[in-house]
Amino acid sequence: MGKYLAKRLLLMIPLLLGITIITFSVIHLAPGSPTDLVTDLNPQAGAEARERLIAYYGLDKPLHVQYVNWLKRLATLDFGQSFQPDGKPVIEKIKERIPITIEINVLSMIVIISIAIPLGVISAVKKDSFLDKGTTVFVFVGFATPTFWLALLCMILFGVKLGWLPISGINSLDYDRLSLFGKIVDRGRHLIMPVILGAFGGLAGLSRYMRSNMLEVVRQEYIQTARAKGISEKRVIFKHAMRNALLPVITILGLSVPTLIGGSVIFETIFAIPGMGRLFYQGVMSRDYPVVLGILFIGAVLTLIGNLLADVGYALADPRIREGEG
Amino acid sequence: MRRSLLLSDFFRRFTRNRLALSGLVIILFFFFLSLFAGYISPHDPNEFDVRSIFSPPSRGHLMGTDELGRDVLSRMIYGARISLKVGFVAVGIAVLIGTCIGLSAGYFGGIIDTLLMRFVDIMLCFPAFFLILAVIAFLEPSIWNIMIVIGLTGWMGVARLVRAETLSLKSRDYVQAAKALGESDLKIMFRHILPNTLAPILVAATLGVAGAILTESALSFLGIGVQPPTPSWGNILTAGKDNIEFAWWLSLFPGLAILVTVLGYNLLGEGIRDSIDPRLK
Repeated sequence: MGKYLAKRLLLMIPLLLGITIITFSVIHLAPGSPTDLVTDLNPQAGAEARERLIAYYGLDKPLHVQYVNWLKRLATLDFGQSFQPDGKPVIEKIKERIPITIEINVLSMIVIISIAIPLGVISAVKKDSFLDKGTTVFVFVGFATPTFWLALLCMILFGVKLGWLPISGINSLDYDRLSLFGKIVDRGRHLIMPVILGAFGGLAGLSRYMRSNMLEVVRQEYIQTARAKGISEKRVIFKHAMRNALLPVITILGLSVPTLIGGSVIFETIFAIPGMGRLFYQGVMSRDYPVVLGILFIGAVLTLIGNLLADVGYALADPRIREGEG
Repeated sequence: MRRSLLLSDFFRRFTRNRLALSGLVIILFFFFLSLFAGYISPHDPNEFDVRSIFSPPSRGHLMGTDELGRDVLSRMIYGARISLKVGFVAVGIAVLIGTCIGLSAGYFGGIIDTLLMRFVDIMLCFPAFFLILAVIAFLEPSIWNIMIVIGLTGWMGVARLVRAETLSLKSRDYVQAAKALGESDLKIMFRHILPNTLAPILVAATLGVAGAILTESALSFLGIGVQPPTPSWGNILTAGKDNIEFAWWLSLFPGLAILVTVLGYNLLGEGIRDSIDPRLK
């Protein structure tokens, strides 16, 4: 296992370098010099911000020198300073905002797993039943639904018309005066819509995937053998079939990390949640380049970590993988 | 002979697939709307009417009016144009890049393959929406930039698909024969291999249009996509969000239009896939 892990980690290095190259080229993608852009498109950014940008990226130096210098700064998590009047280091802004984004995404992931897997298994076992057909329709509609629109409709229904749930922020105004239990309830009421809506897109995909996996596994010979041995159907499904059908799900969950992180821009903006996604959106809108590039880089690194965790999880669950490759 | 037989097989299966046909009908309906927008829409999409701001759906304005008193139905019809344009141009770009990269990687193999596929892996590390937003932050938000950026960040799936197909095709006898006859690499790639990868590309492209339409609407909704006063389904939804307390019609109709359109492309894409290879179902 150690050998496998070491190999996986080594494979990450070229990817990480690639990520830095692409992030770096984004700033040079725009026509003209990046500093022109700052002054042209961002009236707030004065001469001082311009100086800072030139100094941070070393824009007066040749391209390869710029890149190497920038890489050295990245290694110490120095993403430069925000263009906002507060001029805070970007890394501090991200540190403040990232926990809530991770919290919501992890909760969404839990919702996805706990609904999609049973749904996929049941619709495979009871193929062509009413429930299976219902799930198929849900999957098609789910794939086609713009989740930000669904968020709007839920806000109108549960927030405005029924008044059950708050529609913005993560805490009520009197949050600090609440008891611990009150705080948990309050936070929960604020997060329930973003979490469920964040899960919505992945839900359709995973339940469909789980269903086809299950159908595939049930056809295998060892399932026939298990049945022939006289094991109860329940045991055949849950003990023998489901465990094997679950394996590839680990990979799919890893692959869904970038989608979840990308989606946080939309949900955090709609629900006014002070997370990394909203920080990114505000950065884009105010053309706060250090913030934009910093979060772009962090987002890609989070994806890389998600994929690594998925691969390691898969190897832990399936000895064939680590034997074969290790 | 064999080719026409396969095609007729395809059409027979396709026309029996009711879901795929309904997808096609939906798509043709929106094509029709965008083509004849000028004749169909009851009002000028940019005509202000201060006397009827935020009027709910009524006989005069079937889908109500917005914050400037503009007719929402007319704006929706013109919005169909934008969606269609973005969907097709963005996917066109993605397919072009993906096909070239996938073909070269699969055909040449070796170091070229490794480098190109690592590039694909790296691009896939970026949350697509982050990358699109970051690039847009450096450019002026315009419909052309949106289409290009969505295309530039969406070709990786096609590249992997085409590479896999190319790998399996390149060892076939007919390709070997073409090589033995001394045909150039380019000719073999584009004349002999590419035509046989078209079916999966078509499926990926159809599903890709759905994805591009969703992305454009999300960008326009966030105010980074199609800029007002040009109507797009996404930016009508923005008005819906800003007036969420009372103007529900601004939120309901554009979202439904997006949903139905995307559903149409997804149904068609899956239908084509099933008709090409019924075993995959």
